[in-house]
Amino acid sequence: MKFVAVTSCPTGIAHTYMAAEALEQAGRAAGHEVVVETQGSAGSDPLDPAVIAAADGVIFAADLEVKDRERFAGKPTVDVGVKKAVHDAPGVIGQAVAAVEAGPVAAPAAGAAPVPATKVDSGAGVGTRVRQWLMTGISYMIPFVAAGGILIALGFMVGGYDVTDLPTVELDGGVTLVEAIRNFDITSSASWGALLFQTGGTAFGFLVPVLAGFIAYAIADRPGLVPGFVGGAIAVTVGAGFLGGLAAGFLGGFLALWISRWKVPRGVRGVMPVVVTPLLSTFVVGLLMFVVIGQPLAALMTGLTTWLNGLSGANLVLLGVLLGAMMGFDLGGPVNKVAYSFAVAGLSTPNLAVDATEYRVMAAVMAAGMVAPLAMALATVVRKRLFTHAERENGKAAWLLGASFISEGAIPFAAVDPLRVLPASVVGSAAAGGLVMALDSTLRAPHGGIWVLPLIGNPLGFLVAVVLGTVIAAAVVIALKSIGTNSVVAAEREADAAAQAAETAQATAPAGQAPATGTARPAATS
Amino acid sequence: MSTPLITPELVALDIEASDRDAATRQLVELLAAAGRVTDAEGFLADVRAREAQMATGMPGGVGLPHARSEHVTVPTLAVGRVPAGVDFGAPDGPATLLFLIAAPASGDGDHLKILASLARRLVHPSFRDSLRSAPDAETVAEIVTREVVPS
Repeated sequence: MKFVAVTSCPTGIAHTYMAAEALEQAGRAAGHEVVVETQGSAGSDPLDPAVIAAADGVIFAADLEVKDRERFAGKPTVDVGVKKAVHDAPGVIGQAVAAVEAGPVAAPAAGAAPVPATKVDSGAGVGTRVRQWLMTGISYMIPFVAAGGILIALGFMVGGYDVTDLPTVELDGGVTLVEAIRNFDITSSASWGALLFQTGGTAFGFLVPVLAGFIAYAIADRPGLVPGFVGGAIAVTVGAGFLGGLAAGFLGGFLALWISRWKVPRGVRGVMPVVVTPLLSTFVVGLLMFVVIGQPLAALMTGLTTWLNGLSGANLVLLGVLLGAMMGFDLGGPVNKVAYSFAVAGLSTPNLAVDATEYRVMAAVMAAGMVAPLAMALATVVRKRLFTHAERENGKAAWLLGASFISEGAIPFAAVDPLRVLPASVVGSAAAGGLVMALDSTLRAPHGGIWVLPLIGNPLGFLVAVVLGTVIAAAVVIALKSIGTNSVVAAEREADAAAQAAETAQATAPAGQAPATGTARPAATS
Repeated sequence: MSTPLITPELVALDIEASDRDAATRQLVELLAAAGRVTDAEGFLADVRAREAQMATGMPGGVGLPHARSEHVTVPTLAVGRVPAGVDFGAPDGPATLLFLIAAPASGDGDHLKILASLARRLVHPSFRDSLRSAPDAETVAEIVTREVVPS
């Protein structure tokens, strides 16, 4: 068999290469070909895409996040720590062989599609797998939300928010919009607004079908696509919204999976994936969605929307605080994703008013998600001495990551000191979430940070919320870090003092005797 | 390479140590004496920090303390033999052969490639056995210099 592997370790000078060598040796001994990409400090030569394509399986012996992991999507994968590969490379190779023999896990035919790399261990917890299916659907849906949401918002900006001033553009009647576009006038901002709005609206129409289709795809591979998409479209038709889409995705996926596992005569087997499975599963999904669960789900959806829009004042602020705290709790982990998915799903509700609660929820979630990286960046600037060199470097990047709503920017800080960083993050993010609600900001785009500021309703309020949340989180983390001392930081500080003394001495010493360690590069111990 | 990865002065054939910290310290002192690190205590702290993340003991009686550190002037390997053994957290017992790898924080590509190639050699039992049975420090240094060539 042919395998590709990625190795990495915290320091990047020893285990990365030892694991690579050990895997190559063990592979050769067992008669397999193993090609390794060492993601260490000597730089890494990326694997040739042709080699990856030819590989039967993938081995991750990495203690750091695998770079460009999506290159390996869809292949049977074993994920072990670097230490396991050094200590027991033959065992790891054996695991990889078993993984390949267990069969392909997801559709490699879809190319670089971010199919969640299914762990070999098919006994992975049900919760984990449900989350992976769900996140697959959501990850395919988000570009539609982004394109559609931003186009719609731009449509309002260009054509004017007060749509009643534009007789040709009526939100409820698609026909008039189409007419406005048919008589397209290149100099009329109303025409452009109508065009943007209509295009964005069309993109939005795909949200629920794409969500359902790709949930089913994650479960059942390609046979799931048809029942998923059709079920999602039916959910839209009967007004069951994203709840209906979720139901349709899971129904379609499991039906397709079940049918594709039927034992059928050899002659029929060829037409199963292209005809029989899509046909039967789609019919059953249609029956269930139209006749059985569509109406109750539609009622539930209406109830949820009514409840959200009925929230006001203190309740709305509390919702913002809760979602904010969730965003800050694990910085891109499952809890964060639940809050984020809730907000994005809200955007897909049809016919939302300009200041709908769903848009306010989205604004609160984005503001909260920006706080943690910004707060860490701020803290490294105002209290340098509490942070290691590496953290101060990370702090510089965290400004940009935070401003772009990438909560993960705070992970380097949380990973080394979770007990101090996460409480600060939760408090600050919750404050930002609550403030956005209190200040009535709205947001139509699912992502983008300050770069989508023009699309934010009451942008000043949004900024105030982000800034206050950031200051609060930074203050908390500084306060917590001031309790007790960090041995690494203390050691670095002494080293700095010594280096400074050396540099002063060097300045006065004769030229040509410069010590080789004049640079202030971070000691890469983390 | 102007400066060799290892010289006979960086080999200790008979280390006696009660724990891994003491053993590492003896090797770090060799580095300091050879002028390969500017601040022995500072470098030791970096190695300790790395060791605290994940023990570096390997099966086969090998301990592999290492760090990238701004106190290191040139990429260096120090080898120590510990006849009585010292625990490095390996699953199969104490380490009798120690490799201390010192990498500069701002190493260029060539330096780091040498260390990568060293790490790859360490996996081979034949390489480790030849170091265990080498009669003197000169031979140890010579074996390493001969075997470790940048790939």
